[in-house]
Amino acid sequence: MAEEMTNPTPAETPAAPKAASAAKPAATAAKPAAAKPAGHAAPKGPPLATLTPELLQLQQQFGESVITPAPYVGVLVNDLSKLRDVMTYVRDQLGFDMLANATAVDYIKEGYIEVVYHPQRSKGGQPITLKVRVPRGKDPVAPTEVAVPSLTPVYAGAEFQEREIYDMYGVRFEGHPDLRRILTWEGFYGWPLRKDWREAYYEGDTKPFDSRWPGGHHELAEERVPWADNVNYPPGFDPLNFTANPDAGLYDSMAAGVPGLDAKSNGHALQPEGIGAAVPVLDRNRNTIADEEELQTDQIIVNMGPQHPSTHGVLRMVVKLDGETVTDLKLVLGYLHRNHEKIGERNTWLHNIPYTDRLDYICGLANELGYVITVEKMMGIKPTERAEYLRVIMAELTRIQSHFWAIGFLLNDLGAFYTPALYFITERDLILDLFESVTGSRLMCNYMRFGGVSRDFTEDQIMHARQLAFDRIPRKIDELEQLLTDNEIIKARTIGVGYLPAERSINYSLTGPCLRAAGVPYDIRRVDPYSIYDRFDFDIPVFYGADVYDRYRVRVAEMRQSLRIVQQALNQLDQTKPGDIQAGKKAYNHRVPAGEAYGRVETPKGELGFYLVSDGGQNPYRYHVRSSSFINLNSLKEMTVGHKVADAVVILGSLDIVLGEVDR
Amino acid sequence: MGLMGTGILKGLGVTLRHFIDTYAEDLKYILNKGGVQQPRPLRRQSPKNRGLVTVEYPRERLPLPENFRYVPFLVYDTEKQDDKCTSCGICAKVCPPQCIWIVRTEDPVTKRPVPQPKEFYIDTTICMNCGYCAEFCPFDAIKMDHDYELSYYPNQEPNARLVHDKARLTKPDTYHAAIHPTDWRRELEDRAAEEAKKKAAAEAKAKADAAKPSPAAAAKSVAKPTAASDAPAQQADAENKSAGE
Amino acid sequence: MAEQKNAPEAFENDPRVPEELRNNVFITSLDKLYNWGRKRSMWPMLFGLACCAIEMIATAASRHDLARFGWELMRASPRQADLMIVSGTVTKKMIPQIVRLYNQMPEPRYVIAMGACATAGGPFKEGYNVVSGVDKFIPVDVYITGCPPRPEALLHSFIKLQEKIEKQSLRNVPWYQKGEEDVVPVPVLGPDLVDMRRAQEIKEKAAQAASAQQQSAA
Repeated sequence: MAEEMTNPTPAETPAAPKAASAAKPAATAAKPAAAKPAGHAAPKGPPLATLTPELLQLQQQFGESVITPAPYVGVLVNDLSKLRDVMTYVRDQLGFDMLANATAVDYIKEGYIEVVYHPQRSKGGQPITLKVRVPRGKDPVAPTEVAVPSLTPVYAGAEFQEREIYDMYGVRFEGHPDLRRILTWEGFYGWPLRKDWREAYYEGDTKPFDSRWPGGHHELAEERVPWADNVNYPPGFDPLNFTANPDAGLYDSMAAGVPGLDAKSNGHALQPEGIGAAVPVLDRNRNTIADEEELQTDQIIVNMGPQHPSTHGVLRMVVKLDGETVTDLKLVLGYLHRNHEKIGERNTWLHNIPYTDRLDYICGLANELGYVITVEKMMGIKPTERAEYLRVIMAELTRIQSHFWAIGFLLNDLGAFYTPALYFITERDLILDLFESVTGSRLMCNYMRFGGVSRDFTEDQIMHARQLAFDRIPRKIDELEQLLTDNEIIKARTIGVGYLPAERSINYSLTGPCLRAAGVPYDIRRVDPYSIYDRFDFDIPVFYGADVYDRYRVRVAEMRQSLRIVQQALNQLDQTKPGDIQAGKKAYNHRVPAGEAYGRVETPKGELGFYLVSDGGQNPYRYHVRSSSFINLNSLKEMTVGHKVADAVVILGSLDIVLGEVDR
Repeated sequence: MGLMGTGILKGLGVTLRHFIDTYAEDLKYILNKGGVQQPRPLRRQSPKNRGLVTVEYPRERLPLPENFRYVPFLVYDTEKQDDKCTSCGICAKVCPPQCIWIVRTEDPVTKRPVPQPKEFYIDTTICMNCGYCAEFCPFDAIKMDHDYELSYYPNQEPNARLVHDKARLTKPDTYHAAIHPTDWRRELEDRAAEEAKKKAAAEAKAKADAAKPSPAAAAKSVAKPTAASDAPAQQADAENKSAGE
Repeated sequence: MAEQKNAPEAFENDPRVPEELRNNVFITSLDKLYNWGRKRSMWPMLFGLACCAIEMIATAASRHDLARFGWELMRASPRQADLMIVSGTVTKKMIPQIVRLYNQMPEPRYVIAMGACATAGGPFKEGYNVVSGVDKFIPVDVYITGCPPRPEALLHSFIKLQEKIEKQSLRNVPWYQKGEEDVVPVPVLGPDLVDMRRAQEIKEKAAQAASAQQQSAA
């Protein structure tokens, strides 16, 4: 990725932006370097990407009017109508069979929104970057007039990601099967991640806010807004006279065959006085047995969640049942949408590290690693040797404790209520003790820094880690296998359940243990090594069942491999210099050179990517998190349909999602 | 696969072993009670322990690691009878959720800032316990507390107890020394080293002054304004930056 | 430190403690029995929102063991629960469900706001989808500071809640009084979260904003 960060002087770029077509805003033209970016200016004087062989091939195939170099990295697909052809070519001819990431950036000054795609090969290697641009449109509340062709026919994994772009930026996608808001709700006012959209507690474009020092009397955020609350309404809004339907369109495609549920009438009609629970209007008269000759069971729709003990948090599964069998499934997300990306764009680069802990709150250290290595790529710095080892030790211990947790709660979902989970939480607590003694907190470690880590291990802590890695955890993994692997009930409940073959998994952008349980040896530590993983001897466990049982077995095998890495790292740790944990001077006001980068790591849940755009300032211009839990959920429907409703819970458990990462 | 049911039996064996281990551990503890041992919760929650053992909070507690962080507090220098904080504002800048508010003291006559905070607020309902304020404070004036027993009933005035003001935040450095012994030792060493350096510099300066008058030392400190260890310079830098923005 | 925090003055200002009990606590033996039973068999709702829920689960596990307090029976149904531990960030999309669950809980019911987010929005307070504390909608009995609170901190809040329960008396607990049960109106998700109790106020302010916009346009 460091090579892709091109030299920011436009004169040296190989391809001038001459091919920017007239239809597109000619924003690639180099502007005179402004003295200082005021607030959140779009990246100025965009340097152009070098064309990789794949991209040159694309240019040959589709012509220079379709494919032109994009600022910083990748290529621009100028002709929107060709996008699907280009992507099909990329997938079939170039072998980029997996859409790692899709997101958007709002370049408000240039007046367009750029949709960014990162397809990658499931065989490994770097992803390529393709971009399209749509004008922002004049109406800030309406979606864009120009629609981008949806990539769902090419990559099934694009479904949720495109919905997210629609939700956050108002970019319309033509041909998307279910284009509704995903993280907020239907009827939400505005497009939150657009740069001109301001939240109710808006205080400034970037942190640090001026009001904190030197004259900062404490004030509540509530005191600053007219509503004395974190809300914003359109002018003239009348709460006593409006119809709210946050689930509009949710049941549309599921209504067929369900008596009593009319696609048009599932809105929440407010009660006359406008107060109280919103009740769906059901047609009770239709609730009769349709066919007298043959007793047909009615299909019913059941909402599981957002408060449900087995949805691992605040996830809502809408399942359509024929008897006990799931015939359709939809997910409603966003119940833990904490505006991570909006806050992240206000934050300074350093501020974001503790926030990443709260993404996937089971494995905070793994998230931090992903973020800091991406920023380090952009800044072009390298951490010290000791810091690299400490990072790897922490990240792998995180993987072990996360898998302990995942297996424990998978068993909970299977009905083995709490006994396995209790055993594994005990082990996890011992690992968290190490985290706490090193970093200061059990979950929210805030340990990684740009160019290093915050604290060194003491001798006691190394001893603790050694006891865990060489004695305790290997023993406990054996015990775990004794307890569970051969258990006939577990086998009966999990083998063949949640089957999703490899090619479908890849198409759904499934990553992590679930993909490896389908026989694809895709692990970023091996296919695109980061940090110092290339120095360690470890295997990528792969199973071929593609079902819940093999996902469980992959996790157990991965814990053993992680242990091997921790053991090697601990053994090599004394070759590094104690105390040498930070490259360069420790600083808090980092400036990252203008540019963009997509960095990714293998977290216990799968591929965690960070897509960052810098305008050269102290704050990220764009801060996008490609979260594996979120994208893995794309495939839940296909895994679940046809199974019993009790299995739906187990299949969800086998995906091992964490809602903090799903909803961000 | 073997005989049907062996897998379950094997699993039951594990649970039985856990059961026995837990009581065996209790027994071992009771027999060893008079002996010299580590404190019970520490020993029984170590990787060497077997079985499932509970820490009986509030009767017994796990010892907190020194690095443990909860909400921050301000260190009061009992020797100099003064706040260590100079209200440089770095903690407020590095605070990710921006939960620190500082009012700088002004000299009533000259209107120039005095290195002491007039007011200092930390809103613990926003604080994410990340520890940046303590980590980046160049004066070791703000530290992370170990006191986690912070539960409150609602008051008539909301948030009154949850926003910590300066009086609530300030704690003596003896308390800091007690909960962060290693950190405190490092601070003392740093201070001693700095004083030695100052002394040496003063001597060198005196010598240089005696030899020939030179502004080299001053120029040097200006040339490196971002040096993190050079605390006063960093403060000046921070001030410059905020003035520029 | 500890004495300072456990000071009974917390009750003096507590609106939920009846006026006459604030300074002079008089508990009959029946009350003692009643409260003894209640405080040792509190059933929390199995209800996790975010990061703090992980620490809540850790509290329920063997190291900290909620069962020592008689509080281990996590009920998935609000109908069987006495205590709601709001463990994590309360988002606008989730608050209608939380209010509904609260309304479904039978009296006596208690609420613990666990961690900074549930207390007032925490580090995510500035976010557009975050409610600035669950107490904007439902009454909270104990707040816990921390992000996330340690398991022990959660246990400490349980002890605080037990203290509170001890001081309640059968004669004036609200749930045996005549009168309507107070049901919190469920907020509605419109263009933003609409708190129906403040509908009139919102309408007026939105109308003001509209006229201001028209004026500036004209």
